[in-house]
Amino acid sequence: MMRFICYRLLQFPLILAIIYVVTFALAWLAPGNPLDDPDRPLDPAAKAQLLEQFHADSPWKFLAYYPWRLITTGDFGPSMAYLEWDVNEILGASLPVSITLGMFAITLATLLGVGIGTMAAVRRGGAFDWFSLTVALVGISLPSFVVASMLLSIFAVWLGWFPVGQWGSLRDLVLPGVSLALLPMAYIARLTRVSMIDTLSSDYVRTARAKGLTRSTVIWKHCLRNAVLPVLSYLGPAAAMALTGSFVVEEVFNVPGLGQHFVNSVANRDRTLILGVVMVYGTLVLLFNLLVDVAYAWIDPRIEVG
Amino acid sequence: MTMTSPLPIPLPLAEVPPDTVWRRMRQSGRIVIGGGILLVMLLVCVGSLPWTAFENADGSLPAMHYDRQDPTQAVQPPSAAMPLWFGTDKLGRSLLGRCLVGGAISLFIGLAAAAISVVVGVTVGLIAGYRGGWIDALLMRSVDVLFALPYVLMVILIKVGFEDHFARWFGDRYVANLVVLFVAIGSVSWLTMARVIRGQVLSLRAQPFIEACRAGGLREWRIFTRHLLPNLVGPITVYATLIVPQAILQESFLSFLGIGIQAPLPTWGSLASDGLLPALNPIDPDWWLLLFPCVLLAVTLLSLNFVGDGLRDLFDPKREAAKI
Repeated sequence: MMRFICYRLLQFPLILAIIYVVTFALAWLAPGNPLDDPDRPLDPAAKAQLLEQFHADSPWKFLAYYPWRLITTGDFGPSMAYLEWDVNEILGASLPVSITLGMFAITLATLLGVGIGTMAAVRRGGAFDWFSLTVALVGISLPSFVVASMLLSIFAVWLGWFPVGQWGSLRDLVLPGVSLALLPMAYIARLTRVSMIDTLSSDYVRTARAKGLTRSTVIWKHCLRNAVLPVLSYLGPAAAMALTGSFVVEEVFNVPGLGQHFVNSVANRDRTLILGVVMVYGTLVLLFNLLVDVAYAWIDPRIEVG
Repeated sequence: MTMTSPLPIPLPLAEVPPDTVWRRMRQSGRIVIGGGILLVMLLVCVGSLPWTAFENADGSLPAMHYDRQDPTQAVQPPSAAMPLWFGTDKLGRSLLGRCLVGGAISLFIGLAAAAISVVVGVTVGLIAGYRGGWIDALLMRSVDVLFALPYVLMVILIKVGFEDHFARWFGDRYVANLVVLFVAIGSVSWLTMARVIRGQVLSLRAQPFIEACRAGGLREWRIFTRHLLPNLVGPITVYATLIVPQAILQESFLSFLGIGIQAPLPTWGSLASDGLLPALNPIDPDWWLLLFPCVLLAVTLLSLNFVGDGLRDLFDPKREAAKI
């Protein structure tokens, strides 16, 4: 097991380096650059000087400067659009917000999703099954900005249960957290339901019932352990996505998270910030995929890793 | 000498219809209902285009035209009069006409993205799974890398990166906008398809019939098209069906960001995103601007997901038990 984890960890730098280069190529090929503001055009000489200061006057200079700086000091360099900010400062301010919100959302989604999926599987074909499946499907059949805005209008504006457009207290976490959790919850509920139905028909379940274990012990202790495996492989990328925030949820609820920078950095062609955001996301994806593989082996000892 | 064969004894066989995929599809409620709704939606949206998207012969715009502005009719709630069934927007355009054209464009984007991801995903998956070795490693590691890139970013970068080039090639801003939209959405949605197909090919390749093909000296192309692809129709159909709703939602997200379809062309997503503020305005909300696009979107995506789920149960013998 340790060997497997070490092997995978050793691959990380190589994969991250490839991600870096690919992102850089995409960001460089996109037309326009952060200094071309149509409202206040820069003097060509000033622009050239700024580009040189950013080491961005040629792609080779950029690649010769930033990756080395990142490896040696862990510093992504200055943001090319928010001139007075460093990329590290932007990430440092927004990542904790997104992680808090994302942890809340993914926990909520997993607990509710697995619970609903299991109940639906146990009462297959019943009213609860149909109701939960339909709710889950409607949840993934509407654009997230519609769902988030509806939640905001109903629970914050009309009913006044939650504050509008604030960030800081626990109450501010609920509505954005729920909006962010809906999509993964729907997926998890469906995945759990399908694999739970498979599991419930296996022989060992009948044996467990026959030797006198209660229904709930069999369902929640014996079956769930096996049925939850497909959910795990979905959780890896889903967690990485939730932890890095969602542009829509942050926009609707005015949350100062990382998700907005995914869109804004591209809109501004802010190459250093694009790279910073992508590297954070890529690292999280790799980490969570590794965690998922480890958890697989932990939940089902028959699975051999590596 | 004559060959005497034993007399054929007629067996009293009951008429058992062969258990074909079509037959099982017809028996699946989800596929019939979902597919029926989709078909109606597609026929209505596309069939109404002559009245909603084109000028009359005399150059005037028909009442339901998606871009026929009428300041005297601005922001009318739905009523029984024909072009006003769904009400009008703030420029006095018929929301019914806009929803129909929007539906046609949304469905087109979804289908085009699915087609792109089928072609790319199946090709990559087939080659990676069949050839194995370094080609497999190279292709699958590329898929891994693309998976680790945030997908919003990819779509936006492709969109902003290629739109101008496309506009120059096609000479038409609107066509370029549409093409870049489905290229951007299609090129990020083939990854799952490639992984699934590769897995299937790996298990097919180990089976004796492929070995027999190879031993018989069949060319690779023929093995692909005649022997592997027919066995892959199931997963391809399932994942293609599930890509369509995702693609339509992605377009709506891009519209929300303001980089989706080029106004005045509508899609359901852009209509919903335009209707968001007026409809959720607490004083005197213009609810119909959000309700109708959202209902159409939800019904369509729901049907697509139903059909996709139904197909998955149909093609996956292991999931036999999961049929409702």
